Amino acid sequence: MKKENIYLPYLMRIVSVREEAPEVRTYRLQFENEEEGNQFEFQAGQFGEYSVAGQGESTFCIASSPTRKGYIECTFRKTGRVTAALADLEAGSFIGFRGPYGNIFPIEEWNGKNLLFIAGGIALPPMRCVIWNCLDLREKFKDFTILYGARTVNDLVYKHELKEWEERTDVNLVTTVDPGGQTEDWKGEIGFVPTILDKMAPKAENTIAIVCGPPIMIKYTFPILEKYGFKDENIFTTLENRMKCGFGKCGRCNVGKVFVCKDGPVFTLAQLKELPAEY
Amino acid sequence: MKLLKKEALPKLFEKINSADKVIYAPVENHGQLVYRRVSAYDEVKKDYIQTVQSAKYVVFPKIEKLLDYQNSKDGTSLSEAVIDELPEIVLFGVRPCDAAGFDVLKAVFTWDFNDKFYIERAKKLTIIGLSCSKCDNECFCTSVGLNPGSTKGSDILLTKNNEGDYLAEIVTDKGQAMVSLCTDLFSDHKDDNKENYLTKVPVKFEKDAAIEKSTKSFENEQIWFDQAMRCLGCGACTYVCPTCSCFDIQDEGTSAKGIRYRCWDSCGLSQFTIHTSGHNPREEQSQRWRQRILHKYSYQPERLQVLGCVGCGRCSRSCPVDMNIAEHVETIAEIEL
Repeated sequence: MKKENIYLPYLMRIVSVREEAPEVRTYRLQFENEEEGNQFEFQAGQFGEYSVAGQGESTFCIASSPTRKGYIECTFRKTGRVTAALADLEAGSFIGFRGPYGNIFPIEEWNGKNLLFIAGGIALPPMRCVIWNCLDLREKFKDFTILYGARTVNDLVYKHELKEWEERTDVNLVTTVDPGGQTEDWKGEIGFVPTILDKMAPKAENTIAIVCGPPIMIKYTFPILEKYGFKDENIFTTLENRMKCGFGKCGRCNVGKVFVCKDGPVFTLAQLKELPAEY
Repeated sequence: MKLLKKEALPKLFEKINSADKVIYAPVENHGQLVYRRVSAYDEVKKDYIQTVQSAKYVVFPKIEKLLDYQNSKDGTSLSEAVIDELPEIVLFGVRPCDAAGFDVLKAVFTWDFNDKFYIERAKKLTIIGLSCSKCDNECFCTSVGLNPGSTKGSDILLTKNNEGDYLAEIVTDKGQAMVSLCTDLFSDHKDDNKENYLTKVPVKFEKDAAIEKSTKSFENEQIWFDQAMRCLGCGACTYVCPTCSCFDIQDEGTSAKGIRYRCWDSCGLSQFTIHTSGHNPREEQSQRWRQRILHKYSYQPERLQVLGCVGCGRCSRSCPVDMNIAEHVETIAEIEL
């Protein structure tokens, strides 16, 4: 349902709070107006503008899967003014939400393919949406591999879900932490994401790679994928430009002729190579 | 074509006022020429080339309230700003370049997502344009597909003849509705050519060449660096521009109640694109200058089918370090590819 005033957020109630990592929280949100909730639809990859009245709006993805109805989830790290205000809230509090905005991961086109998810740090949330979306359609895909790394064991988000994925026989989960970030009982890999990816020697044939992470991780991950023969059009990532409106008017996320909020946030490496490097 | 006698103008203003419409026109305000609300024709500046600021604020105010919020122990309420009770506005004496600028704003604010605030304001706006009999060195409308007598964007276009009376072209239905308020003031007029009364604005560059060459010059770091070397990053150019429409959204108030508003912003300011992490996709002023030029001359023509510059010359007149957009675009249009 498109609102007539495109700046007016939905009122959402925080129904549960989960502490994921230091300064990182996940909120499960429900529409205060039930009818709005029933009409709300989105697809994996889309994002929203989350707001605390009086503090402003902040842009991040919808971290839950569109296959899970009745709520949406967001995961954020406390960094700026709005996320600091968000972090002060508890279950029962209200926030504003505008969305969904942006394009989507073309999951339907991935039928019959192997999926390789590569995420770093706080960039697992935008990928979690598409991971769960694909897991809920698991029979449509072949091999299902997730490589996830963070600076330290403590910084890994969605620990309970990592455990669930680890226990599933139809998911190959590899977790890693940066050298020095391990604990005594850490059983995962130790090393930066690109290094571990290289060690895994992923096969490119019939495989889609989805990469989300800090710019430095992405920068060193693409060459590894290229080394193993991944084609640019089979590598997906998301751009995280600063945004205000979310619908191509405020001008902030303009990269060349592209508006990240409308033409993105999901891009293939082939599309990224066509863009000027203003992201 | 109609004729509006100079003696009829005060009556036209009276008619508009009595129809419960509000008139904005160029007035001298403490030494600066600006658009302001007027009640009678004698307040209007008669002889001028261009106002310091454009009239875009009539449809895109510097600050626009989007919603009110209230937080209490019972919860939060968000109520949308009321925009339906705006008065009908007649904008008088708008230069053809500025009138065309409204088309660019329309393209931005109705692209896919309809911006209610813009649409409601534009719906209630009638534009009476005024052709130019004078220009200055900063004017370059003829380089961007317009001319001193373009009707584009105007509902009625007036052109002053040698007697000081006005040839009136009724361009749109809104213009016709305006004439219907006072048909007796407009007489039929034939065998005249407005071209006789227009100034000549020299063509400084070829529009199509500017679009093509700027599009292909993104990676020509040197030219953007050279042009932006003295740019202060003050944002004055975007502030006075009739087509610049980038904005910010902010909240203001207490934790109990307040408003969310949008306000003009500028791609020329260093904080425009900065991420929370500190990473800035446009780290250098030359990149921000390039963004302003390419947004207007490359991205908007491609994405919205409008050229985002109307050649009014305001940015050049306002620039504290004398950067002249027409000269810079001319340089780009003449690049050998």
